Amino acid sequence: MKPASFEYVAPTTLDQALERLAEHGFEAKVIAGGQSLIPMMNFRLAQPSVLIDLNKIAELSYIRLKDDELRIGAMTRHVQVERDALIARHAPLIHEAMTKIATPQIRNRGTFGGSIAHADPAAELTAVTVALDARFRLQSAGGERWVPADEFFFGMFATALGPDEMLVEAAIPVAPERTGYALEEEARRAHDFAMAGAAAVTALDEGGKCSAARLVYFSIGDVPTDAGDAVAVLIGKEPTPDLIQSVVDTAADRLEPSDDIHATAEFRLHLARVLGRRALQRAFERAAVEAN
Amino acid sequence: MARLIGKPLKRNEDPRLLTGQALFVDDVELPGMLHAAFLRSDYAHARLKGIDVSAALEREGVVAVYTAEDMGDDWAPGPPLVIPPPTIEEVTFNTRTQVPLVKEKVRHAGEPLAVVIAESRYIAEDALDDIVVDLEPLPAVVDIERALDADAALVHDDLESNLAAHLVQTKGGYQSAREQADLIIKRRIVMDRGIAGAMENRGIVAYWDNKQQYLTVWDTTQSPIPIRNGLAGMFGLSEHQVRVIAPFVGGGFGPKIMMFYPEEVVLTWATLKLALPIKWIEDRRENFYATTQERGQVHEVEMALTEDGRILGLKDDFIHDSGAYDPYGLTIPLNTQCHVLGPYDIPNFSSELHVVFTNKTLTTPVRGAGRPHGVFVVERLLDIAARELGIDPSEIRRRNYLPNDVFPYDNVIIDQAFANFIIDSGDYLPAMEKALDMIGYKDFIENEQPRLRAEGRRVGIGVVSFIETTGVGPYEGARVTIESSGDVSVATGVGTQGQGHFTSFAQVVAEHLGVKVSDVHMVTGDTAQFHWGTGTFASRGAVVAANAMNAASSIVRKKILELASELLDAPEDELEIEDGEVRVADVPRMSISLGELAQKANPLRGAVEPGTEPGLEATAYFGPNYGATAFGTHAMIVEVDPETMNVEIRRYVVVEDCGTVLNPLILDGQVHGGVAHGIGNAFYEQLFFDDNGQLLNASFADYLIPTSAEVPTIEVGHTVTPSPLNPLGSKGAGEAGAIPVPALMAQAIENAIGEAGFEILESPMSPLKLFNLYYGDKEQ
Ligand SMILES: Cc1cc2nc3c(=O)[nH]c(=O)nc-3n(C[C@H](O)[C@H](O)[C@H](O)COP(=O)(O)OP(=O)(O)OC[C@H]3O[C@@H](n4cnc5c(N)ncnc54)[C@H](O)[C@@H]3O)c2cc1C
Repeated sequence: MKPASFEYVAPTTLDQALERLAEHGFEAKVIAGGQSLIPMMNFRLAQPSVLIDLNKIAELSYIRLKDDELRIGAMTRHVQVERDALIARHAPLIHEAMTKIATPQIRNRGTFGGSIAHADPAAELTAVTVALDARFRLQSAGGERWVPADEFFFGMFATALGPDEMLVEAAIPVAPERTGYALEEEARRAHDFAMAGAAAVTALDEGGKCSAARLVYFSIGDVPTDAGDAVAVLIGKEPTPDLIQSVVDTAADRLEPSDDIHATAEFRLHLARVLGRRALQRAFERAAVEAN
Repeated sequence: MARLIGKPLKRNEDPRLLTGQALFVDDVELPGMLHAAFLRSDYAHARLKGIDVSAALEREGVVAVYTAEDMGDDWAPGPPLVIPPPTIEEVTFNTRTQVPLVKEKVRHAGEPLAVVIAESRYIAEDALDDIVVDLEPLPAVVDIERALDADAALVHDDLESNLAAHLVQTKGGYQSAREQADLIIKRRIVMDRGIAGAMENRGIVAYWDNKQQYLTVWDTTQSPIPIRNGLAGMFGLSEHQVRVIAPFVGGGFGPKIMMFYPEEVVLTWATLKLALPIKWIEDRRENFYATTQERGQVHEVEMALTEDGRILGLKDDFIHDSGAYDPYGLTIPLNTQCHVLGPYDIPNFSSELHVVFTNKTLTTPVRGAGRPHGVFVVERLLDIAARELGIDPSEIRRRNYLPNDVFPYDNVIIDQAFANFIIDSGDYLPAMEKALDMIGYKDFIENEQPRLRAEGRRVGIGVVSFIETTGVGPYEGARVTIESSGDVSVATGVGTQGQGHFTSFAQVVAEHLGVKVSDVHMVTGDTAQFHWGTGTFASRGAVVAANAMNAASSIVRKKILELASELLDAPEDELEIEDGEVRVADVPRMSISLGELAQKANPLRGAVEPGTEPGLEATAYFGPNYGATAFGTHAMIVEVDPETMNVEIRRYVVVEDCGTVLNPLILDGQVHGGVAHGIGNAFYEQLFFDDNGQLLNASFADYLIPTSAEVPTIEVGHTVTPSPLNPLGSKGAGEAGAIPVPALMAQAIENAIGEAGFEILESPMSPLKLFNLYYGDKEQ
């Protein structure tokens, strides 16, 4: 389990890193926290000939509030996000997700950008960023573009990132009032990737009726799966347990879960129903508390 | 005498281990050292048509590449480690042992095809990709229940079937017991495979010094002395030309007693050829294929009972998965047969065993070594019987315990040591009652469970008993020497893999010699220091080696007293040994230090009298006639989320009886580790193979070892029933923690679900399996 040989570069600015990437393209890989890439290299599943280390680029690590949006730099460590007061206040769903990612040791190294760029179907942040209508800034030596989260994830470990592009930051709209959030997942061990999970964002109007609802599953298929229309029926209605149940049943009917050794498609579907319901319920409970 | 035995002393070895000062195999660095990497088969079953290593040889930094052909006459299948039992009539046993490098046919995924020796491990691994192998895949034998089918592929072409062994063991007459029974419980019970998962994988450094004509091998083995003897024999060297050192080893758990692993033979052969030191450190992925595994068994079993829950008889026919070879004989399934009988009075027993070859990594003992399977079988049947008869699970066990006046109790069948399975001693009821008391069994059943159920919560309790046969022969030895400084040096042949030998053994020695435990310097597992022994296995260190320490140090004590009596001119019975000196009791002025005595016993001038020996030293051995049997009861409370089938362990109680306790702190550590291992075996750790014999979860990402978040606080209590078989009265405890956990967890989960027909007959369990069991018949 030793990696194949590679050239190692450690630029100190974003521009230098992008130049290197432009030069080597497909041959190169950037390394952030290394928590996913290093195991893949040791298994020789990834054999980049050039490794561009982002860890010396200080400008990529920050969390700030800008125009009603939270901006998170790609190299911000999970642990920083987890402990950040702005995040806890304006994006409590992200705050809640962080403690479910891996172990404290891994969160000390793993990065926000790395998790999203890696696009593991079981990564919490894939569903969370979709549920929060996040946008990602992708940059190359030639320029930059913004891609909404729900257009970013193409498939298992596949994203909108081109070979010369880097994810440099994520922008997350600040939560409006009367919004509730919840993330539910089922993992084999505390730190494992989830067998199935669901992130919910809901809002209640002054009369206690649902004014917004979003439910996004992860670790069900290859990409985060937005329940979409299925939850739209909640809008304008009081979110009773029966209604929530019927919403998640409809949503589940559209899922195409995958099979693996820990969870069959059937079990995943069952978990999706249970976790979707629990996530919505808890999100509405929180929205109700927020409203008071 | 200072009572040191039984004191909860902190471990002598921990400062070194915790500050990184202890030598592990991978710490060995020698000038000019080369590194080996093995090319391993991706196929589980395939015919080898050719290997072309020429491109690998051309890579810069590669020193040599060897295949089976290169080994010439030195290529030979390994010697059997444990011979089949000679004492059972009509036993069939087909010995087929592992080979150093594949010559004609691959029999399990990961079997080594070639070795690259290079200047670094990186280069060696790069060169593996240069080797071109022509393998013709064959259908694989994976499912043990289909291994004996007429159309199954043959793992060993020269055999008529995949039968590795067959035997029947009986006690009394099961058939007539069955006819008298009020209730027959009949089930199919499955235990699937896992790994040992030691923190340190295997590792070897082998160095043939051509000028000294001396072979040194650092090896993570649990049995350095047999490795030394075997290597000497294999390569035509004198045993005095071979030194095997098992330094600190990060966990053994059984697989490291296996010999000879292909890597041990190949590295030694290669260093003899190259006369340069060669290192091979097994990586985690290799460990999943190349280190032995355990647990695969399928039981068809029935229990005959009276209406008041007394067991009349038990019939257990089972298949045991040997993997591709069977060097370890029948140790595991014989343990299973013995532990099906457990602490219970089962007058009639019959067990037919089929051991089969499969295209999987071989199985050899892993902590528990067949015992958890036996315990799972009998405990599951008792639980089912208790439910059918309306008897409390703790009560049905109570009714079936062997009474105290039957010991030593001969169970008639033979055990892993090929002797009659005799239980030396036991007192089962107090252990059970203590466990029930500690966990608050009565209160839980009567108050807490009904209250939580009313809230809709599924909380359940379990309680199971077990025995653990431990401390088998043949023997171990120890040499105890008083050094001229007054410190004590001790050498023994067993290796150490974290059991605290440097402390518990030292306590036994210090007890006799009146020195501080920290002044006893222990050497384990270095064949240059001690010539004789077998190894660390079968929970035997604290029985066999500790009793050898006990014997040797009491001889040294006698020598000390004799000499001191002469020098101090006082009768021996007036002398005491305290604080490193011998004193005339009540006359503190009249004393002599042990160091001075040691010097006097080893004079530079004058004469040692005929018939005496120089020095204050003794070597002694201990070999029990048969093993000492430990026992205990575990109890647990779990909560199950019936929607997700997530299981949370809320309480875990152990009452362990391993006879005399040498060091309760170390004992509790062994128990904690065992329980953690058992929790893995019961709920997390399973190897998944596809139909081609491919392992689907060969990494710690998908092979789930429980972490501190999954292992609860473990509350440990003790009862003490000393073994009459050895002077210390000790029994082993190394495996005890792991043995009853699958049975216990199954009972507790069933109790939590609390619905008729929800029956767990398989281990390991998992949320997925519980889901299938629970929702299988229900409408989605
Ligand atoms: C035992 C274990 C358990 C885990 N459990 C979870 C879990 O439960 N949930 C979860 O979400 N994650 C989990 N992870 C993954 C962890 O969160 C990783 O840190 C994360 O997925 C990758 O982040 P990283 O910074 O380590 O990225 P790296 O490993 O450095 O990189 C991963 C990939 O992303 C690319 N990349 C990284 N940064 C950028 C960028 N800025 N622009 C473009 N491409 C980039 C790299 O080239 C590489 O292909 C676990 C990891 C381990 C080892």
